[in-house]
Formats: sequence, structure tokens, C-alpha cells
Amino acid sequence: MTVVMLLVIGALALRLALLQLDDHEQYVARADDNRVSLRALAPNRGLILDRQGRVLAENRPAYRLVIVPERTADLDTTLARVADLVAVSADERERFQLQKQRSRPFESITLKSNLTEEQVARLAIHRHRIEGIDIEPYLTRHYPHGELFAHLVGYVGRLDTRDRERLEADRYRATTHVGKTGIERQYEGRLHGHAGFERVETNASGRVLRVLERTDPRPGEDLRLNIDLDVQRAAYEALAEFAGAVVVLHVQTGEVLALVSKPGFDPNLFVHGIGHGAYNDLLTDFHQPLFNRVLAGGYEPGSTVKPFIALAGLQTGEISPETTVFSGGTFRLPNHRRVYRDWKDGGHGRVDLELALAESVNVYFYRLAVDLGIDRISRELALFGFGRATGLDLPGEISGILPTRSWKRATFGQPWFPGETVITGIGQGFTVVTPIQLAHATAALAGRGQTAPPALVDRREPVQMVRHDEAWWQAIHEGLEAVVHGARGTARAIGPELLVNMAGKTGTAQVFTRPEELEGFEEREQEDLPEFLRNHALFTGFAPADEPRLVVTVVAEHGGGGASVAAPIAASVLNAALEAGL
Amino acid sequence: MRLRPGSLLASWLERLRLDPWLLLLLLTLMSFGLLVLYSAAEQSIGLVWRQAVRIGLGLLVMLVIAQIPPRLLKVWAPWLFGLAVLLLVAVVFFGVGRGAQRWLDLGLLRFQPSEAMKLALPLILAVVLHRRSLPPDWLALGMVVVLVAIPVGLIAIQPDLGTALLVGISGACVLFLAGLRWRIILGLGAVFAAAAPFLWLNLHEYQRDRIRTFLNPESDPLGEGWNIIQSKIAVGSGGLTGKGWLEGSQSHLEFLPEPHTDFIFSVLAEEFGFIGVVAVLALYAAIILRGMHLASQCRDSFGRMLAGAMVFMFFVYLAVNVGMVSGALPVVGVPLPLISYGGTSAVTLLAGFGLVMGLYSRRRFMG
Repeated sequence: MTVVMLLVIGALALRLALLQLDDHEQYVARADDNRVSLRALAPNRGLILDRQGRVLAENRPAYRLVIVPERTADLDTTLARVADLVAVSADERERFQLQKQRSRPFESITLKSNLTEEQVARLAIHRHRIEGIDIEPYLTRHYPHGELFAHLVGYVGRLDTRDRERLEADRYRATTHVGKTGIERQYEGRLHGHAGFERVETNASGRVLRVLERTDPRPGEDLRLNIDLDVQRAAYEALAEFAGAVVVLHVQTGEVLALVSKPGFDPNLFVHGIGHGAYNDLLTDFHQPLFNRVLAGGYEPGSTVKPFIALAGLQTGEISPETTVFSGGTFRLPNHRRVYRDWKDGGHGRVDLELALAESVNVYFYRLAVDLGIDRISRELALFGFGRATGLDLPGEISGILPTRSWKRATFGQPWFPGETVITGIGQGFTVVTPIQLAHATAALAGRGQTAPPALVDRREPVQMVRHDEAWWQAIHEGLEAVVHGARGTARAIGPELLVNMAGKTGTAQVFTRPEELEGFEEREQEDLPEFLRNHALFTGFAPADEPRLVVTVVAEHGGGGASVAAPIAASVLNAALEAGL
Repeated sequence: MRLRPGSLLASWLERLRLDPWLLLLLLTLMSFGLLVLYSAAEQSIGLVWRQAVRIGLGLLVMLVIAQIPPRLLKVWAPWLFGLAVLLLVAVVFFGVGRGAQRWLDLGLLRFQPSEAMKLALPLILAVVLHRRSLPPDWLALGMVVVLVAIPVGLIAIQPDLGTALLVGISGACVLFLAGLRWRIILGLGAVFAAAAPFLWLNLHEYQRDRIRTFLNPESDPLGEGWNIIQSKIAVGSGGLTGKGWLEGSQSHLEFLPEPHTDFIFSVLAEEFGFIGVVAVLALYAAIILRGMHLASQCRDSFGRMLAGAMVFMFFVYLAVNVGMVSGALPVVGVPLPLISYGGTSAVTLLAGFGLVMGLYSRRRFMG
């Protein structure tokens, strides 16, 4: 019996020898895995600055109210007491409960973030009698200029599962917010930085006992935009009561100096999680403040397309600068009954290219379009980037529509009709451009075929988009200068106000879906229409006229006339840009 | 084995009916146990102090029991057994405890009647078997089976399967010491094997889980398997020399469950390594050797059976606990004898050694 007992003890010793001597290393590794865990540290997000280094997006210290469930005697009591002091919304409560289910009892859970000073003060006074609460400082994203940069800078929002799928998990372990729109989203990779790590010793329930080693997080890069805050503000203010878009580009570098989509909204609301009510208000607002008109707004170009049509005519030899056309107020295709009217009753008389541009003579361009034919129009317009995205470094750009025969067949299953060529000549019908596209095409025009793709950050290489005879560029430039400074130019009213000579083109885009119904409605009748039926007012131009440096493109929705509404906006934006030293 | 003749201490101990060697070994083991406990209990000196007091109480009980003449033990045996059974019945009605009712709350202290049974059952069995011719006949065997079945059944319904098993084993041990024939032992084994499926069906779900987990601990690493896995990690990461006293990460970072009670051996293995483990096992082996030597010197079969059963019970505790923490046996909640924190078990074991010493002191060849 004694022997049996000793044998058993020997067997146990053997068993222990196997664990402690044979498998020792394996168990040491597992003990270390147990003991040490990595804790991620969130990096500070890079700032977003304008071209002069003024802050457009910053990290501001804020305070949040956190609760450690373990330190409360009764969580419901604590929540009720907190609710007596500060308003806790249903959303916040719901988020808290969700978070609580995922956390360990000793982890602090945010109940309310971005506390006001008054709330902080009130909580601080009563903290001693509420168990388990804490006021915790943290950094939150703040947009000091509010709606001015809502569409451009965008905003950050809470990281959700969709974000987690597209982002590198390692870099986002400790991050709560991520760029959702605009620059914040586009340059997420540069702004975010790299997470740091702490090797911490934890106990079995995961509570940190001490820090063994620390790798500091690498903060995100500060992004300096090409945008100029003053010009942006001037553009926003110049739009006044109109919804619309303004783009200011640098001709040679493609730098975007201002990019406005109005109305905007306060992006700060989204950082802390916008409530359902406020969000619904934004969604249902008649002026669609969440919609980025610069990139996703599709407009008929109207008469702003005329210089491009004219250039195509010169290039193909259909016209010369001296070619004249008689405008008697109407145009008809041979053997067609349909009458295409000029915007001016009775017509403009006999006009050459310069006058045709200056006075925006429809008949001149009806005829030219017919002479060119849709195929050549499409080909020449495509050279200026119509019908495709400019590649601006912002998410959400649409391509617009550059109609061609094949496009029409693919879209409507119909052949191209000659009448459609006629109205394409004055930027109506199927053509759809975005403000950024129009600005980019204008820059190419201003740069005599050469410009760089528009960019908000860094610079792109200049590209020779179009090659034309120097004389043709000169003719177009003169025609466009006459629009502003000529005796009969449609935008001559702004000429005297400008600090330098400007070349440009007014335009009016029809709001109606059936253009034939309101054929010939242009600038004069507009004031008589209710606002939402009025046409969109357009202007695109460049300055100084003789040595183009800046492009200004304006769309004022329901503004009525390009000359009366859009051109003055462009004028004040240009002046602001010049005053800013651009 | 005797201390130097003429030694004052030796004669003094002799008069107190205590065996100096066994006492020395037990004191060494318990001292080391307190050292390990200090580490396992998060360096709580209060806890260690409470345990030391219990050990002192246990030593006192040992001393008292050693003085009881075997004659009286034989007379008291049925009464003690009856009282222990009554207490177990009381537990069924008035017991307290989380999940299982194992304790009687006596106000000042909590008392686990199943512990008393660990002494009372071997005692009554030794009396019953000693009175009849040895090896035991079928009638004796039947009586033994009935006497064992009563307490085992009562403890099993608490439910405390581990203790029921230990009590059952202590009974079987007496039978074995009585010189039961191998044929009968094998026959009983076969009966148990046949009853196994029936037993399985009557187990509580958590008990079945424990056995399933034992067979494959990694299948449920955060639930039932956690204890076994973490204990093996503690033991294995100790290596040859251990992490050092108070340096065990598994125990101090709360990965190890119940580090100062059932899993104290894991703490020992983690902090003192294989060397420490072997030293402690050697100490246990020495205690068992000395204990069995004393048992074999007893005057009659009653003394040999009873003393042997006490030492064997001590061994079973050790084997089950070490087997459990090293992943060789399922987790059954048996403390490491004389080292784990807890009063009842220490007092019971020391009382058992008191019986052994008392019986030995009345050995055949009076020196």
C-alpha cells in the first residue's frame, strides 16, 4: 500500500516535470500573452489650414461625462442623478447602453460628450454625490468657420462598421472619429497619423496594472490647402441669398483658391452625432444644404458653352474671326417647321465672332452648331474635359453629360436629331456640366489650352489639354473680354468695378425639363417668374484678360440672368482674390 | 525511530504521545505552506495570521485526540458516526452555501459536517471490521457497504461529489487495509463500472461539464476550461527554478482561480518551480512514509486500519489536488492538505494525525 502511494506521488512528479521542464517554454509564452497586452493610443489628427496657414479644422479640448459602471452602487440611480443636472438625449442614452454591453465593468463609458462650460461646472459641483461619474478631457474636431467650409473640408464622424471595413485596422484601434466627407475623407490617410501603443500588464479581467513600454502615436500631417480663406468667405458672401456654387482656380497651377457650395450647414453638428431632428431638417430643406453643388450639381451650361463652340468652329475652319452672321431673332433648320429664337426680340443684326460672344447671339451659334455637326462638337468639347470628372481631390464628383450620338442611343435608344444639335450650340438640351468642370474648362481656355487639373492640396503637373492656333485663342479671348468690357457686352455692367480687366461669359441654364415649352425665355422675362421657376444664372471668366491667372466660375440657382446676377458675384469674388494678393 | 535518548524534548513529546519526526515534518510542511499562502493571498498578512491560528487549533485538537485511549474510541465510534450522519441530514435541511448546501452556520463559525465524516466513517468501519474475523467475510462486507453508502449518499446530494468520493475512498481504504481479497475488490470495481452510466445520468449538468471539460479543456477556454488551462500555464511557466516568491504573474494578475485555496499548488509550482514542487512532494512522501510506519506498529488491527486509513486519506487529498491542478484529474475542489487556506480541512487532517500518533503511542513493543 505504501509503495502504491509512493508510486502515485512519483507519477505526479513526472507529470509536473513534463509541464515544467518539457513544455516550459510554451507555457512561459502563454503566461506572457496573458500578462501583457497592447493598448492602442490614438494619434492627434492633423490640422487643415488655408494657403496662408489659417486654421480651417482644429482639435479643440473638450470635456465628456463618463461613467464607470463598476464604481456605481446602482447604475440607474447614477443615470437619473446625472439627468437631473444635464440633459441626456435618448440617442446618448442608447449609445451608452450599447457601449456598456461591449465594455468591461471597470472601463469608462461616455454618456455625453462635448459638454458646455456650464454643464462642466454644474457636474463638478455635484460630482461628489454622484457615484461613478467622471469628467474627462479629450480632443475633438472643431470647424471654426462652420458652414463656410462644410462641403470643402467636410467633417469627421464616429467610426462605424463600414469605415472599419475600408480602413487599416491597426491604425484605427484607438480612433473614434474618421473623415466622412470632403477633405477630411479624401485625405484621411495623411490626416490620421499612426496609432501608438502601450504594452501594459493586465490582470485576468483586463484591468491595466502598469505600463511596461510605450510607443508614442505619430500625429497626422497638417494639410495646407490651396484655398484662401478670404476669397472663400468673399465668394460665400457674394452669393448672398442665392443657393449656388463658386469656384476660383489658378490658371497655371490648377490650385483651387475657393470652392463654395451654398447653402452649407454646420459641420460641427456631425462631429458629435447629429440628432434625428436636426438631420431631418437638413435633409428636407428646400435648398438641400447637404448637397455639394460644386461637384455633384449638374447644370445646363447655357451660353457659357459658346466660347468652346466658337473655338471648335475656328479650329475646323467653319468660321473665321471675321465671319459674320445675321441674327433676325429666329433660326430654322431647312425643311423643319420648328423655330429657334434668339434671346433678343428682333435679333442682334449682323455680328462677327467678337460681337457674337459679347452679346451672346444665339442665332450665330445655332448656325455654327449645325455647320459643325454633333460629332465635331462632342469631340472638341471633350478636349476641354466636358463629360468627365476633373479628378479634383474631393469625393463625390459626377461626370456631367457630354452628349454624342452613341450616348443618346445608349441612353434613350434613339438616333440623334438635327434639332438637338441646334440647341447644343447654346448649351441647352442634353449637356450637363458641374461648376468645377466649367471652371476647369475655363482655365484651359484661359491658359490657351494648358492648365493643371484642379487640386485642393498640393499641385498637379500642367497639362496641354488642347492645341490650337495662337490666333484662334486670341480671337476667343478678345471676344470674351468684350463680354465684360465691350460697349455691347452682356456683362459690361461689372466692367467698371473690376480692379483688372476680365474676360468671361454669362449664361443662363434652364430649370425646366421640357426646354421647348419655354424656348426663348432668357434674361428679361425672368424677374416675372416665381423664384423656383427662374433660370440658373451662370458666369465663368478669367483675369487679367491679357495675362490670365485666375478663373472665377459662378452658378446662382434661380438667379434668373447670368449677366444681372452671376457676373456681379464673379466680379466681387475676383476683386477679393486680387485684394488677397492672388 | 527515536530522538537522541535522554533528550528532554524527546521524552516530553513521548509523554504527550506525539511522534517527534512526524510532528517535525508536519510543522515544516505547514510553515512552508504559510509562506506560499502569503504570496497566494496577495500578501495579506491577516489571512496568513488567521490560517496560522487555525493550524494552532488543529495542533491542539491533534494533541487532545492523541490522548484518547483506543478503548474509548471503539466505544464512541457508533455515537460519533451517528452524530456525523445527523449533522449531514441537518445540512440537507438547514445548510447554507452558494449553489450547494455544504455548511452549517453555527453563528461564530461555519462547519462542514462532511469533514467530521472523514474521521467518523473510517473509525466505525475499523471498529466493525476489527470485531470480526479478518479478512472480512460477506456479512462484514455488506455492513461496510451500507455504512459507506449512507454518508456518501448524503454528501452527494448536497451536492459535493468530490467529498463524497473522498469519503467513499476512505471507507474502501479501511476495507483494503482489512485485507480484502483482490477478487472482491475487482468485483466491486466491476459493479461500479456497470453503475457508471446510471451515475452519469444522475449528475448535475455542471458536474458533467466539468468532466467534459477535463477531457478537452481547450474546448471552452473562457468557461469551464479556464481553470485547468490557467493552472497548467502557471505550473508550466514556473519551469525548473520558478519565478521567485511573490513573483508569479499568473497568480498575482488574477488569472489563476482561487489561488489561495484549491489552486495554491499552482502558485507554489509557478513561484518555486520544479525544484520547489519536488521538495514539497518529498515532504509529503516523507509524512506518508512515517505515517504508514507508525500505523504498521500499532497494537491491533483496529489501530492499523484506522491509522492507515488516516494516512491514506491524507494521501488521497494530495493526489487529487495535485492531479487536478496539473490537469491530470478533473477539477473536484479538494484542497492541498495542510497548505490550502481553510480551517476545517486542516483541523480534520491534524486530528487524523492525532489518531495516528495516539494509536502508535500504544504500540505493541513498549519502549
